[in-house]
Amino acid sequence: MSRARLRPAAGGSAAPAAEPPRAARPRRDLRRPLVLTGLVALVGGLFLATIAAGSVTIPVPEVVAVLLGRPPEVPAWGTIVTDVRLPRATTALLAGAALGVGGLQMQTLFRNPLADPFILGISAGASLGVAFVVLLVGTAGTSLVAGLGPLGNVGVAGAAAVGAGVTIAAVLLVSRRVTSPATVLIIGLMAGYATSAVVSVLIHTGIGRLERIRAYIAWGFGSFAGTTWSELAVLAPCVAAGLVLAGAMTKQLNALLLGDRYAASMGLRVRRARLLVIAGASLLAGATTAFCGPIAFVGVAAPHMARGLLRTSDHRVLVGASGLAGAVVALVAGLVAQVPGSDATLPLNAVTSLIGAPVVVAILLRMRRAGQGVTA
Amino acid sequence: MTVLNARRSGGDGVLAARGLAVGYAGRRRRVVLDGVDAELNAGELVCLLGANGTGKSTLLRTLAGLQPALAGSVTLLGEELAGIPAAERARRLAVVLTEPVDAGLLSGYDLVALGRYPHTGWDGRLDPGDHAVVRWALEATATARFADRPVAELSDGERQRLVVARALAQEPAVLVLDEPTAFVDLPRRVELVSLLRALARECDLAVLLSTHDLDLALRWADTLWIAGAGAGADAVAGADAGAGAGLRAGGPEDLVLDGSLARAFASDRVRFDVVGGGFAPAPDATAGATVAGDGPRAVWARRALERSGYRLAAPGDAADVEVRAHPSGWTLAVDGRVTEHRLLADLVAHLRAHRADARPRTRAPVGPR
Repeated sequence: MSRARLRPAAGGSAAPAAEPPRAARPRRDLRRPLVLTGLVALVGGLFLATIAAGSVTIPVPEVVAVLLGRPPEVPAWGTIVTDVRLPRATTALLAGAALGVGGLQMQTLFRNPLADPFILGISAGASLGVAFVVLLVGTAGTSLVAGLGPLGNVGVAGAAAVGAGVTIAAVLLVSRRVTSPATVLIIGLMAGYATSAVVSVLIHTGIGRLERIRAYIAWGFGSFAGTTWSELAVLAPCVAAGLVLAGAMTKQLNALLLGDRYAASMGLRVRRARLLVIAGASLLAGATTAFCGPIAFVGVAAPHMARGLLRTSDHRVLVGASGLAGAVVALVAGLVAQVPGSDATLPLNAVTSLIGAPVVVAILLRMRRAGQGVTA
Repeated sequence: MTVLNARRSGGDGVLAARGLAVGYAGRRRRVVLDGVDAELNAGELVCLLGANGTGKSTLLRTLAGLQPALAGSVTLLGEELAGIPAAERARRLAVVLTEPVDAGLLSGYDLVALGRYPHTGWDGRLDPGDHAVVRWALEATATARFADRPVAELSDGERQRLVVARALAQEPAVLVLDEPTAFVDLPRRVELVSLLRALARECDLAVLLSTHDLDLALRWADTLWIAGAGAGADAVAGADAGAGAGLRAGGPEDLVLDGSLARAFASDRVRFDVVGGGFAPAPDATAGATVAGDGPRAVWARRALERSGYRLAAPGDAADVEVRAHPSGWTLAVDGRVTEHRLLADLVAHLRAHRADARPRTRAPVGPR
């Protein structure tokens, strides 16, 4: 009804003689499928490489054989692949996708190209939740959730998600009063300091047992190797739910690109959308942090990679592409951290920081040059 | 269909405010504009004028449903605005705000397509009909050539037109724009406003825009709304009978003649020139001037004298300064001394020197301490 009303009759157009209608979506048609296919292939290759590489190198055909359920040449490889390497690779894949998509959501929500779970202190909030559960509830053992009983994984993940959600809400409240992206960064840093202060109080007063504290500190370095199938049973559904939520919110996220007021004027219920985005991002960041530790910079780098490759801000492709780009970054970082061919390992956060810190600096420099490209 | 009937029946207008008070609620409640009675009709271009701080933006946001009213009511197509669901409201009313749009890597086409938001399903997928509307909006605003370009690369004026196209893509009955001409150069302003009026006429769209550009408003608006025209201003025949205390609505010319416009912007330093239709520096009441002759040379001589602080008197009246425009220049008579000038700048400089001699110095004399 409204459509017929508004458009002028064929003859009288408000425009100078209309050009012949062109194809609705020119040019970009090829780039998107190419980039997305390339990313999927890259993720697949890196996934196999992650399983193949390690202290014992397993040939890729054998890895494929094990994954397809056939017996490998060396029987021990079967156990290594299914019990150690497959969970590790799956964790890296899920964590990377979660951080990439979570970072994209936060960059749009905060209208800040530097927003990411780690930078904004969301990971720190999640850490605090983990610290409370691990240091106060845990009993004995050196693995993070040892002695927490069968519900330990869920408890840790839940505490991390709550910690993440509370921090996002707090940072969002403050960031609505300041406009500069750099100031929001500093606020995120402060949130991080505050949470580590609470953790150090917990540790210093001797509330936690020594081995719990050691487990907590080791967890803080970040790792994809600490998860087994029982942890994945919690991590995977959380990440899946968060990704589905993000995928269902692409329309709202696109509207938020223009800012809250424009979004509201086009019919978006901004409060509800913001709440859903916060819930989804908390779930993604919280679950990942709970099982892999606070992982730096994957969340900020992945969306920028996706935008750079696709040359678009359209969330209908960016959500998928950011997830894939995040998985690529996480798998590469995981591979490097395992130092293939040796028994040594590097702290995961050291690797991601070395990749991510230059990205952040590059974004800051570009922002200075081109005004403030919030989402560029 | 009911909507169409309601609009044809006229009456209340497409968007109507009754006893509306706008401002900020909460602990520090502040009413910015009170007693607003006005209506906006289909096919009409209305310009909202007012000095800074009179609540133009607040009024527009309230009329657009982005901010709750403090009192009174707003109806959109005959329905109470507050009761209309957000998506339905967005199908009836679109806005263009003052805040800059920073759409990053969105192409012009993508930006305009965002306007389909209230018409699409959960995933925002555009059907062929939606694409047709987007193309129409691009063509109606002459922005089709920006469709493939990233919005970030465009100039302010080009981006502004795309934002207007995005609003059109919502296929609204009402278009509300907050200072759309603020960051655009003068020729582009005229283009934008003439485009908006053409859209109002051809699409039966009701357009409400706020602006500081008085000249543009006087030339293009069907109706003016003047915020802060003075509470309790005498009702003057010819102005809209429904005009409230805080907002005065009427035909542009009527509001000039009844003094509403002058009152809204009145200050010690400027005065409204009813004949010229613009604001001029308030004259030094002391010195009067007359200009004889006609044509552009006389008109611009008057402006030069006004700019120099003279009060223009009718030709023949007693005046301190008399100027006569003739084909080769201007003859200036002041205090019985007559000089010829070929440029108005020379004439003005001569007058300034003359006044500096005649008037006691106001600057403190520099003496020995």
